[in-house]
Amino acid sequence: METAATKEKIVSGAPQPALSVKAFRDPVPMEKITSPTIEHKQRLTISNLNFYYGPKQAVFKLNLKIPTNRVTALIGPSGCGKSTFLRTLNRMNETIRNTRVEGEVLLDGQDIHSLDVVGLRRRVGMVFQRPNPFPKSIYDNVAYGLRINGYKGRLDDLVEHSLRRAALWDEVKDYLKKSAFALSGGQQQRLCIARALAVDPEVLLLDEPCSALDPVTTAKIEELMFQLKDSCTMAIVTHNMQQAARASDFTAFMLDGHLIEHSETSKLFTTPTDPRTEAYITGRFG
Amino acid sequence: MSSPRILWRKSLNFVMLTLTGVAAFAVVSVLFLILGYLIWNGGTSLSWNFFTQLPKPVGETGGGMANAIVGSLKLLFLAAVMGLPVGLLAGVYLAEFGGKTFSFIVRYTTDLLNGVPSIVIGIFAYSLAVLPVKHFSALAGGVALGIMVIPITVRSTEEFLRAVPGNMREAAMALGASKWKTIATVVLPAASGGILTGMLLALARVAGETAPLLFTAFGNRFWSQGWGQPIASLPVMIYTYAVAPYDDWHRQAWAAGLVLLALVLLSNLGARFILARSKAV
Repeated sequence: METAATKEKIVSGAPQPALSVKAFRDPVPMEKITSPTIEHKQRLTISNLNFYYGPKQAVFKLNLKIPTNRVTALIGPSGCGKSTFLRTLNRMNETIRNTRVEGEVLLDGQDIHSLDVVGLRRRVGMVFQRPNPFPKSIYDNVAYGLRINGYKGRLDDLVEHSLRRAALWDEVKDYLKKSAFALSGGQQQRLCIARALAVDPEVLLLDEPCSALDPVTTAKIEELMFQLKDSCTMAIVTHNMQQAARASDFTAFMLDGHLIEHSETSKLFTTPTDPRTEAYITGRFG
Repeated sequence: MSSPRILWRKSLNFVMLTLTGVAAFAVVSVLFLILGYLIWNGGTSLSWNFFTQLPKPVGETGGGMANAIVGSLKLLFLAAVMGLPVGLLAGVYLAEFGGKTFSFIVRYTTDLLNGVPSIVIGIFAYSLAVLPVKHFSALAGGVALGIMVIPITVRSTEEFLRAVPGNMREAAMALGASKWKTIATVVLPAASGGILTGMLLALARVAGETAPLLFTAFGNRFWSQGWGQPIASLPVMIYTYAVAPYDDWHRQAWAAGLVLLALVLLSNLGARFILARSKAV
């Protein structure tokens, strides 16, 4: 404890150019992390989360609050555990063998590990890095989640509603029976968002949703996220710091499985409190 | 400027190229020789009667093999009903659920089963389905062919399921689908073209099997009554007619060979068609 604190003192006390990469990689004492003072309602409250791939720990004692109807961005260098962390929120990591999770994730006050996983994933939707539509028609892609959840109402209306929410309806309304593979990459990704929205999730997890897309399509998806804020809580993993700055309300910076800093996006990008955050967002490493 | 060394290399290159080319040509020409000979002999002996009439009694010329054509189709149907579901489910298990050790055992056993001589499988079916009831039957023939269908179906199913990208499974599970629902509603439909192709090819392969039918389905010169009676099949007919001392029977054996080949070729083409269409989606 003392050594860690001493190191922290050295790190923060040292003049910035002298920061070594090794210093960035040192674990942080949890009490040093400043959580933002958010008066907002919290949709997800994560406390003391540890995650292991076999013997290898990927997420360390992570504490984070994800506010309702806001966008929270997770940034950090490759392999820092941000995708792994995101995937613990809808328990997708359980599909990987030999993994273990410790700690508590509360969704509206209920621990997600005590919830039925099917119901949880209906409430916490996910959009992946690469567009992954099913080899079915556009209509069937959007209706899939409703059908497997035993929805008995009028599918047509909900499919249209979801496609409208994903800003795709005007482009595909005449081709609903066509294969989803006929769409462009950006359209496919918006289709995947529509598919996730169809079951009306409270939370939408986006795992680098724009990394395979061009800037114009990326802008469309960011616009879409802005509109979805009315009804949906979002957490987005991104490698693109401009995207985090543009599209999110709160940003969390992760490094080597540790949460380093979490605050309002405007604050994190202008006046970061941790030198490692500053070094990362100014492009000095990562 | 060509030194002896370069000359040697060039001529070696030429010789090897020629050898491989000749071998490749030999492969193709063997197939076309068989095809041509079969079409020549079978085509001239083939008539409408062949498809509509029963075999004539020994000594009379003419007649056909209507019962054997229907018999072969019935046997294939039995093989499909008994073998394909087992093969499909085992393939799903290997691709989606299997642990390391047990999967290895299953996979290895499947390969071994694929290599078991068909006559041995015939003996097995004989002791399983003929000896207890003390008479030959279509059912016993179906058991023999059904066993032979399994290993090919297992491996092709597994292969095509593995080719389905993992991110599709993730997408379904992220929407709340259980593992089985994911497999049934996303993975299997995505691989259906390939799986169907594998099944058709497996059936086409056993359609020409003779040995396992000799002492299971046995053969029949008349229409078979129900599934419990001996039944005629094209390969066994070909065998019986080809070794008989009558010219007319020899001609009919050629005709039967041609019909069998056409059946196999058609199902092959059908399989390829299905696969090409499923890839276009």
